[in-house]
Amino acid sequence: MSIVTVQLGQCGNQIGHEVFSALCSDIRGTHGLCSKKENESYRDSCKERFFCEEESGVPVARAVLVDMEPKVISQTLSMAARSGHWKYSNHSHFCQKQGSGNNWANGYSVHGPRHKEAIMNLVQKEAEKCERLGGFLTIMSMAGGTGSGLGAFVTQCLRDAFPTSFILNHVVWPYGTGEVIVQNYNSVLTLSHLYHSSDALLVHENDVIHKICAQLMNIKQISFRDVNQVIAHQLGSVFQPAHTAGGGSGYSRNPLGDLMEALVPHPEFRMLGLRNIPQMPESSLPYSTFSWPGLLKHLRQMLIANAQMEEGIDWQVRPPHPGSSIPSTNKPLHFNTSIANLVILRGKDVHSADLGSFQDPSLYTSWLNPQDAFNAWKTPRAFNKYEKSAALVSNSQFLLKPLDSIVGKAWNMFASKAYLHQYTKFGIQEEDFLDCFTTLEQVISSYTNL
Amino acid sequence: MTQSVVVQVGQCGNQVGCRFWDLALREHAAVNKKGMYDEALSSFFRNIDTRSGDNGPDIYKGKICSLKARALLIDMEEGVVNEILQGPLRDVFDSKQLITDVSGSGNNWAVGHKIYGCQYRENIVEKLRKTAEHCDSLQCFFIIHSMGGGTGSGLGTFVLNLLEEEFPEVYRFVTSVYPSGEDDVITSPYNSVLAMKELNEHADCVLPIENESLFEIVNKIHQMINSGKLGSTVKQNSLVTSSAGSAKTQVKPFDAMNNIVANLLLNLTSSARFEGSLNMDLNEISMNLVPFPRLHYLVSSLTPLYTLADVNVPSRRLDQMFSDAFSRDHQLIQADPKHSLYLACALLVRGNVQVSDLRRNIERLKPSLQFVSWNQEGWKTGLCSVPPVGHSHSLLALANNTCVKPTFIELKDRFMKLYKKKAHLHHYLQIDGMEQSCFSEAVSSLSDLIEEYNELDATKGGPRVDPSRLKIAV
Repeated sequence: MSIVTVQLGQCGNQIGHEVFSALCSDIRGTHGLCSKKENESYRDSCKERFFCEEESGVPVARAVLVDMEPKVISQTLSMAARSGHWKYSNHSHFCQKQGSGNNWANGYSVHGPRHKEAIMNLVQKEAEKCERLGGFLTIMSMAGGTGSGLGAFVTQCLRDAFPTSFILNHVVWPYGTGEVIVQNYNSVLTLSHLYHSSDALLVHENDVIHKICAQLMNIKQISFRDVNQVIAHQLGSVFQPAHTAGGGSGYSRNPLGDLMEALVPHPEFRMLGLRNIPQMPESSLPYSTFSWPGLLKHLRQMLIANAQMEEGIDWQVRPPHPGSSIPSTNKPLHFNTSIANLVILRGKDVHSADLGSFQDPSLYTSWLNPQDAFNAWKTPRAFNKYEKSAALVSNSQFLLKPLDSIVGKAWNMFASKAYLHQYTKFGIQEEDFLDCFTTLEQVISSYTNL
Repeated sequence: MTQSVVVQVGQCGNQVGCRFWDLALREHAAVNKKGMYDEALSSFFRNIDTRSGDNGPDIYKGKICSLKARALLIDMEEGVVNEILQGPLRDVFDSKQLITDVSGSGNNWAVGHKIYGCQYRENIVEKLRKTAEHCDSLQCFFIIHSMGGGTGSGLGTFVLNLLEEEFPEVYRFVTSVYPSGEDDVITSPYNSVLAMKELNEHADCVLPIENESLFEIVNKIHQMINSGKLGSTVKQNSLVTSSAGSAKTQVKPFDAMNNIVANLLLNLTSSARFEGSLNMDLNEISMNLVPFPRLHYLVSSLTPLYTLADVNVPSRRLDQMFSDAFSRDHQLIQADPKHSLYLACALLVRGNVQVSDLRRNIERLKPSLQFVSWNQEGWKTGLCSVPPVGHSHSLLALANNTCVKPTFIELKDRFMKLYKKKAHLHHYLQIDGMEQSCFSEAVSSLSDLIEEYNELDATKGGPRVDPSRLKIAV
């Protein structure tokens, strides 16, 4: 099944490009460490999911590029074409002359309706090119105006036009200390709207990725390109083909559906965090060896202690004792309760990896059986030159604190009515803001009371 | 890609404007090696096929034939505009973009606003429409003028009004040169306060500039060069005050100061014209820096003022650039933002600077700056890959800060000194359409503005009480 990616705004397009680059370079690599048959199956599956074959032989990304100003899209298109290994279709982008000015209301209420037809036409065309449509992945930031506002509108349109397809929004959360002054308003408006139309939100926080670049990747002068490449690597480790548990012999044919089934048992809980291990500079890879027990031990503790990466993990945090019913207020401090988790293992000896520790009932809420709350996908095919790698997609309290912080700051600003005139002039009124705050306070409350 | 139109009004406006066009051409020449007319150029210039004369059709793609500035030059005296038309920039403007008269406005806002405004209204509207028609997607009008005289101040603000009426969707950024205390135009306080009311009501963003600050910067550079500390290692064309490498050959006294303002405008629009990893368009500036409609006065600072010839810049020097942007002597008005309250701050970085450098410096400088309680992380950032001519990197800081208050209070005081004695009032009141109420309304508008800043300042340093969040019934 194929996934159509919709890249929205500067961030969405910049990241989208790195994602397709990473996917393509992974399947072209010779580091698969598995049988030729496995490798071919992996490659074919990836190609079916993300690329379309053209007569020229160069794979064409199944993507629609949307932005309200032309500079980024034109750069993205040319960078892809220059690689020689893949490209975007010449007819899959939509842009305008003047951006959204970091104004969610402009993106949502003005650009959205105005350009709905043109954008949805492009999406329809891409969808028709798929033999079997597996769903949509949108890539956007929530701090600006286009990715956030227009992105929220487009997501709604996707939901209306494709009521039975899966929609996964990949959302980038901005640095806490401002990239955009009204980022908290834009974030609140985006998240609350997405919550109503999409199936799940897969989140990356700039602050977290920045730390990974600084501490794990040893990059001195970190650029957005570096950040985007780490994000692309993490996304690739989720979206590259893998075998699901009961999936028979082939690679999963319904990746988005499987993801939703594994992780989103209840519509109130749709926020997914992502962790990856190991993460290191490419130059260090030949000198490193990994063991599954070691990797999984770290990954589990990262989950429990809500660590952002494999360094600086707090090993003191322990799950509550099983068997005792503990009200959430008495749970050990900093313990991250999960609703559901998905671990994806890639590489050598993957079948020997023991995931029992992830099935510990004390990690989870009591609603699901631990067998249902935890899922594992595996493939012996190594990803992106890492001999062994593990990804964790988690529906847990990972994002509770950051979400609470964003809502708090936005509320603070809202109480003083600062910047509201910029939104009301495009049709977003105070009541609309209040509705959004209410939706998110509800989400925060739900996650807090796990 | 969007276009912007520059409307330069009065002597000051036209002199600064002239420097702007000169340096803009220099900047594009440095970046655009192939001589092809590209989107970046089209933001400020048209490309005309002059084989059929000055009225030739626009060429939208391909080689540069003849560049014409998207500008309107307005002056009620002929001297300055004539000089421009005889100078090296004469081919960049055409006669259809000029509106001139002979006798000037006599340093009288009312003459500029009421008499010439009325007289030239249709002419101005027609020319504006023409200029707008040549634009694919017009985003912004830049008005350049001074506040203290008659034409720039009076007619300039009249045009501002017109722009709002005729082109309500297009942003209006105004670069205003405020008079200093020792200004030799006696009536400059009247002119300035009358103009302020218009700026309060009709501008989207105002960048106030004070000659004293420009002068101090020029002096500082002179001293650095002459003291021999730098010797001959300063790159001439990197000086923020320099016209080196541009078309201008004769140096005039105000050139150095006007170049600074020209560079301000170039840096402001750089991210809209050139690519970068985090673009900052003009509409984003207005969106992020104007929390309440009337508080749209932005204090600007440019760094570095010059670059030394050795190109390798250790990050220490990069960090120095950020520190300088917040220091008193780099601001373009006599103000000290560090000791006042920030409502919002924008940093537009150009050149070889990455997001980590930006973040490191924001973290470093944040503790020493005071931000209003509801905007503690009030930073807007932009990264443009193309540096200015002669530099490897540069920074433009725009602050919405209560430090503009003293400038306005002083202006009001100087106004009241004259007004109480009714000095020179008759020159204004004898103009058709001018009444005493114009003055009282203008000063009242200014007082209200000052009061808004006062209220914000009152919150400074107080205990931080966050409003309580919505409670959800579980």
